[in-house]
Amino acid sequence: MKWEKRHIISIKDFSREEIDYVLKKSAEMEERLNHEKTSSLMKNKILANLFFEPSTRTRMSFEASMKKLGGVTIGFDSGEVSSEVKGETIVDTVKIASGYSDVIVIRHPVEGSARLASEHSDVPVINGGDGANQHPTQTLLDLYTIKKEFKKIDGLSICVVGDLKYGRTVHSLTNALENYEADLCFISPQELKMPRTIVKDLEAKGINVKESSKLNVKDCDVVYVTRIQKERFPDPQEYERVKDAFVLDIQALEGIKEDAIIMHPLPRVSEIHPEIDDTQYARYFQQAKNGIPVRMALLALVSDVDF
Amino acid sequence: MDAEKNEEEKNDEKMKIKLIKNGVVIDHIASGRALEVLHILGIGEDYEDEVSLAMNIYSKSMGKKDIVKVENREIKTYEINKIAVIAPKATINRIRDCRVVKKEKVVLPNEIIGIVKCSNPQCVSNKCREPVKSSFIVVQREPLIISCKYCEREAKGL
Repeated sequence: MKWEKRHIISIKDFSREEIDYVLKKSAEMEERLNHEKTSSLMKNKILANLFFEPSTRTRMSFEASMKKLGGVTIGFDSGEVSSEVKGETIVDTVKIASGYSDVIVIRHPVEGSARLASEHSDVPVINGGDGANQHPTQTLLDLYTIKKEFKKIDGLSICVVGDLKYGRTVHSLTNALENYEADLCFISPQELKMPRTIVKDLEAKGINVKESSKLNVKDCDVVYVTRIQKERFPDPQEYERVKDAFVLDIQALEGIKEDAIIMHPLPRVSEIHPEIDDTQYARYFQQAKNGIPVRMALLALVSDVDF
Repeated sequence: MDAEKNEEEKNDEKMKIKLIKNGVVIDHIASGRALEVLHILGIGEDYEDEVSLAMNIYSKSMGKKDIVKVENREIKTYEINKIAVIAPKATINRIRDCRVVKKEKVVLPNEIIGIVKCSNPQCVSNKCREPVKSSFIVVQREPLIISCKYCEREAKGL
């Protein structure tokens, strides 16, 4: 496995062995963090955060990760302040940034922009989200959260709830889970079902897939909830009708397994009732926090820093 | 019997399409795609030399096939690569003085660059401001499935 100068663009680029290695190194990084709050693993190194669209968790998490590694960050957090408004191409911006930094994180609303950026950069590029396409570090931290809780991914029953048609995080997570032997249950309104091609691919790989339009999380180990966006519905009344049917509240948890966990990539709006926050099942804030060791591990791996 | 039948088929074909003296014969085109092959070659109403085209003719190996014959025309590698995408079984015969001087099968490359346009308007390969050519990875050859290298959207049966 070669990690030095490797670009992190799509979860599809990773084999199971590579994903498992990232999860192992993330656990080691977390262990390190438990003993020393910061390190100097990436002292004198610079991370360029090129965020052409707003982001809170991903940008802050990369910034915090780099600082915890002893490095510094430069960059911008909106396309409005980049040279894009002056007509500069993504390619030119990336070429400039790669001359100023040791590693780049890019978020851009155009799909495939991170792959294009990686083709023109002398330093590793990490995709922080390219439109509706990929967000690989989110998927890795999702997997890390599951593995941390259950010490395994194989054999678990993972239920994904919400917008399965357009949701970037659920598609990436599902792509990654193709490598494991977990049972999957997709729960969504009819209008937002998981694309057929994804379901067929999973089944072809021997993965047990169930689909439902009723919120029932009784037999699940992991309940992964995503937001149902109003703009996906041509008829606002239809949205009003379905949105409440997919709200996870205390009542919806009836019969849930004792050790089940509830995850969400955040931000949430109303799909998880705040009353869930204080239950033993809620893991979404921990999940967001897990982004730190995972992103620290990735930054160090692609920079060829031993740890 | 088979040899006799093949000879008969060849004669039939000759009757359907005239031999050419110099140029190119594109054979074993998937049936119904001959017009697209002409389009790839840029042959339209202003082409002055002879062009013969036969569609849906009997083929032992393919069931039905199309053939295109173009007089006084060289074929370039990038054109062969384009033809490979829509007619992956096509053969290219270069003709000089009524003889086949070179016969080659088109080969669909593992990566198709600058030929197919991505159907996703949000794909970076459709943003004319960026210096980028469309690029597709061949996921499956038969039936053809390709995946955009950039936005990962799949296209089937081109």
